[in-house]
Order: sequence, then C-alpha cells, then structure tokens
Amino acid sequence: MKNNHNNGKAKKFGMVIDLDKCTGCGSCMVACMSENNVPFKADETDKRLSITWMLVYKLNNGKSHPDYDECYLPRPCMQCEGDHGHSPCVSVCPAVATDYSHETGIVSQIYTRCFGCRYCMAACPYHARYFNWWDPAWPADMEKYLSPNVSPRMRGIVEKCGFCFHRYQLAMDKAYYEGRDELEEGEYQTSCTQACPAGAIVFGDLNNPKHAVHKIALPDSKHGGRPKNPNAFRLLERLGTNPKVYYLSSRKWVRDSGDNYRPDEK
Amino acid sequence: MDLDSALWPKGVQRCTFPKFMIGITVVSVVLVWGVYAALLCWFKGLNQTNMNDYYGFALWIWADLAVIALGGGAFFTGFLRYLVKKDELKHIINYAVLIGFICYSSAQLILGIDVGQPLRGWFIFWHANVHSMLTEVAFCLSCYFVVLCIEYIPLILENRQLDKVPFFHHLGHNMHGIMAIFAATGAFLSCFHQGSLGGVSGVLFGRPFGFREGVFIWPWTFFLFTWSAAACGPCFTILVTKLTEAISKKQLVKPNVVDLLAKISGWMLFTYIIAKTVDTWYWAFVTVPSKGFNWAFFYSNNDFYGTWILWLEIVICGYIPALLLITKKTRQTNSTLWIAIILASIGVCVNRWALVLQVMAPPVMPFDTWALYIPSWQEVATTILPVAYGVMLIMISFRYLPIFPQERELNPITN
Ligand code: SF4
Ligand code: SF4
Repeated sequence: MKNNHNNGKAKKFGMVIDLDKCTGCGSCMVACMSENNVPFKADETDKRLSITWMLVYKLNNGKSHPDYDECYLPRPCMQCEGDHGHSPCVSVCPAVATDYSHETGIVSQIYTRCFGCRYCMAACPYHARYFNWWDPAWPADMEKYLSPNVSPRMRGIVEKCGFCFHRYQLAMDKAYYEGRDELEEGEYQTSCTQACPAGAIVFGDLNNPKHAVHKIALPDSKHGGRPKNPNAFRLLERLGTNPKVYYLSSRKWVRDSGDNYRPDEK
Repeated sequence: MDLDSALWPKGVQRCTFPKFMIGITVVSVVLVWGVYAALLCWFKGLNQTNMNDYYGFALWIWADLAVIALGGGAFFTGFLRYLVKKDELKHIINYAVLIGFICYSSAQLILGIDVGQPLRGWFIFWHANVHSMLTEVAFCLSCYFVVLCIEYIPLILENRQLDKVPFFHHLGHNMHGIMAIFAATGAFLSCFHQGSLGGVSGVLFGRPFGFREGVFIWPWTFFLFTWSAAACGPCFTILVTKLTEAISKKQLVKPNVVDLLAKISGWMLFTYIIAKTVDTWYWAFVTVPSKGFNWAFFYSNNDFYGTWILWLEIVICGYIPALLLITKKTRQTNSTLWIAIILASIGVCVNRWALVLQVMAPPVMPFDTWALYIPSWQEVATTILPVAYGVMLIMISFRYLPIFPQERELNPITN
C-alpha cells in the first residue's frame, strides 16, 4: 500500500533553503505566524515559551574579527521520514495525533486528537514542536484577521509547521474542480517561501525531477534522500531522521554546523 | 479502650485516636496544598509549571518513573512469593502490595495532571499507536493497577468489622485462594510496563543522550528498567517497612523475612549494575560516537549535569548497596542494611532522573544551547501530593488492617 496512493504518484514535498541568500530578516517567521494563526502573548521574553513554527537561528563560525562570519538558518519542521520509515515524533505519539503521509511526505498534527503528553516534543531533535501553555488569545480586532482556513489550537496541545497543508488542500480542491489530479509546481507553495524577500526558500516535490527543489538538492533516493549537490546538507543527518528540508551554502563551516562531529573527525 | 479500637486488627496495640488524628491532620495540610496546586494546573493550564518547549518532560515524568520503579516491590515480591514459592515472603507481601498500590495510583494521578488535555486521556486507549512506548505503558500500567486493586481488596476485607460480614469474609477468602493467578498476571504486566518506561527515552533516536540500541523494537533500557525495578523496588518495600517499624516503635516483620528479600534484591542489584555499567560503556564508546558526539560532552556544560551523576548512580547507589546486600554480615547488620536500602532507592531515582531530565538538557543541534530547568512550586506541590496521600493511606491501613501477619506474635500485649 505504501507509496501507492494517488495513482502511484506519491509526493515528497520538501524545501531547499539557501543560507548564503538568507539575510535573517524574519519575514518567513512573520508570514508563518499570520498564515497559520499562531498565537502570541503580551510578553514573549522567554523564547522557550514562544510558538514559532518557523524559527530563524543565528550561527557564527566562532572566530573573531576579521575572520568572523555569521549565517542565519531558518528552521521549519523538517517533515522527517526517518531512515527506517519512522519519524522521530510520529513513532512515539501514543494516540496517533501526528502522522506521516506517504501521499505528500508531510507530518500532520491532528489538534483534536492530541492530548498534550509532549512525548513528540521530547523526540524532536530540532525543537520544531510547540506546546500551547496558554489559551490562544488575540487582541480583539486582530481576530478579524485570522485565517479561516486554519483552525486555532486550544491550550494543552502541541502544534507545529505542516508545510501550510491547508494550501495543498485548497490547491487540490481547485485542481479536482478543474478535472486534474496533479498540481503545477507554483500552485502549492508555503507562506514562508512566498514571503522571503531574498528568494532563499524554494519549495516543491522532491520526487519530481522537474521541480526546482529536486534540481537543486539532487536527493539520492537510494541513500535516504541524501543530497548529491556538494553544497547541500540536511540538519542532523547522522541521527537518521531523514528530513525533507535541505540547506545550501558555499561556506564549509556553515555546512559543518549542520551536524555533530567528534573532535577527532574534524 | 480507644474510640476506634473495635476496628483495629485483633490482638494489636495502636496509638490513641487523638494522636492518630493529629497525624492525619498534619498530612492533610500537605495533601490540601498539593490538591490546590493540582487544581491550579487543571484549571489554569500547564503555564503554572516551569516546563517549556525544551523541557516538555520534566519533574512529573521523573516522579512517575521513580514511583513506578519504587513500587516494583509489589510485583517482584509477588513473583517470588507465589511463583518461586518463597513462602516466608507472605509476611511482607501485604505491605509490598499496599506500597505498590500507592505508587501506581500516584503515578496515574501525576499523569492526569501532566497531560495538557486530561479529559482526552482516554485517546491513548481509543486511538492507540502500537509503536509508542507510552501506549504500552498506559495499557500495562492500567491493567496492573487493576491487579493491585484486586490484591489490595482482600486485605481491606480482613478488617475486623468487615470480616464479620459473611459475604465479605468469603469473598476475601476466595480472592486469597486465586491470588497466585493475579500475582503471575501482575509480574507479566509489570515486566512490560517497567520495560516500556525504560523504552520511553531509549527509543528517542533524535536524542543521543537517551537513545539506546537493543533487540527488535526494544532498546536496552527496556530490560534495564525492569531489572532495576525488580532490584530496587523490594529495597524500597524494606525501607518503608523499617520506617514503619521505627515510627510505630515495634518490630513488624521477622528478620529472616527481611533478610531473604534483601538478599535477593542484593543479587538482582549486583547483576543489574554490572549490566548498567556495560550499557553505559557501550553507549559512551559505540552509540554516541556514531552520532558525532563525545560522551563527555553530555557532562561538560554545567555542574548540575556533571559526571558526578554517573558516580552517584553506578558506584555509590549501585555497587555499594549491592555489595552491602549480598554480603551476609552487612546485610544482617541493621545500620548497613539501612544504608544499603536507602542508597538503592536513591539510585533507581537518580537513574530515572538522568533518563528523563538529563535527556532534555544537552543541545542536539550544534548551534543550539543547553537547557536547564527548575520546577515551579506547583510542580513540587503536586509531586509531594502523592507522598502525603501515600503516608495517609499507610497510616489508615496500618491502623485498621492486619497488614503484618507477624505483628501479634512479635508484640504480645501483656495486661
Ligand atoms: S522536525 Fe521534529 S516535528 Fe518535524 S517531523 Fe522531524 S521530528 Fe517531527
Ligand atoms: S503531545 Fe500530542 S501529538 Fe505529541 S505525542 Fe502527545 S498526543 Fe501525540
């Protein structure tokens, strides 16, 4: 059954983020929050309590001037497939409140199913999962700006990036209405991809050789999707998470920051 | 004649009713404090805690794992008594069951507070994911709790007044008759949920500190948790028994019974700690290097999670109590027996601490930072709540139920 959905044309939606282009402006974060009705609090001082499905990290090469260099790294959910077919978070959820779709390659989060045990958060090495510690609340007038396509989440459950899955659903609805069962590359794009002013994020189907993500990252399906592009890398590849977000950089230290290496390996 | 003496077990002496009530009142104050904190968490949400998105598993999950390990005395003593036929242990099995009952009901209470949407707790059964260790925990834990209730009920029915009712008398008698079946079921269920609790962090391949390799779906921690609970659970049973003896100022169990249980625990602990040492070695020199880490990294950032934790867990609270318990002389000397059972009980808690809280602390992404966590008073109060509840249940059970079959013989009333 696996991979046989959709007339055998299983998708693997993924992203390539060019870190040499990212300026760290945070537009992707803002776009994500407004697109997905992500709640915020009056006081967001403690970042470990802030919900940021897309989070931009600031990295540096640890050297001082004039050798100092830095880099911004946007981190959405990596939609991990897992090297052995088990995403770190999906396999642990006791209530199947998060699931891996073999049709799209997207890891879903079922808000009405999640009971807030937070085991998935413990499992995710990227900290891409967020718990609703508070009731979601927006200033009165802002409620009018909420997206009707995304349900707000209640207190006590976990939420995360789902590659703007509602956009996929809308695009598929439109396609079905028009008698198609395939989407054009541009028909389904995530909000962060579209918001990035530097054009650092590219989104599409990694299984489709015509899509830009495939052409750039050159995922090697025989080796767990490892990129053949020498400038591309994935975060924490060694853990066996098999993520679908690829990063690009021409700088070695940036590529090396994507994984852990023992001192004797460096 | 005391107010409630008609309810005491036959032929035993208890403290006066006012004294008993003072004790109950003191414990109640702590209990009410804990209940207040629990209500805050239920009504206001988990923002009452100091957990955060890096520390989604914290004090409560540790408390859960720790009480279940300490409550392991119930299943292992039951296993020894009914299946291995160590008949002497019938003199301590009631107390082991009571302690197990307290530990397991506490664990369920803590879990009920810990989840973000307690009213959806049943989803774990209804929408069960068979791949999740937590699902296995939930099923086996709930089933085993039912077994513990079945084991505890005949004890309640033995209350002097209840026993006078013929129906209760026969019910209790018949339940005793089939207890071996429940003990066997309990041992089976316990092996699985103790193990799956070990699997909780062991399967986290995204968290190199907790991750362990293993056989099929079971990481080594699966087996180590069952083993350590069987080793340290009985030590905790002995510890609480000795504390009860100290507080009630009388001997309740004959030394040969304690000695037998301590000896078996000692050998379990000794073999366990060797396995744990091998596991730690393999993790340090095979597992984590393959993920790009140096084992020392996990102990390098702060004093709180320094290598002292390894020494404390494996040597001070592992080898030392194991040796004290397997050596006849130290096992039979009161002071060294005390030291051994206290150290063993601490050791298993330290192990659970490391495999819950320390797993969350080190960064996995190389550019991320360490996370440290200090619980809020609400978390502390709700963790102490089960302790108060346990003390209260022990006080009531000890006063009104014939928990210690040897008490009458050891403390004849002379007047
Ligand atoms: S990044 Fe985290 S939340 Fe997303 S699929 Fe991977 S493990 Fe799950
Ligand atoms: S917090 Fe929700 S999604 Fe995560 S493991 Fe628990 S029930 Fe599943």
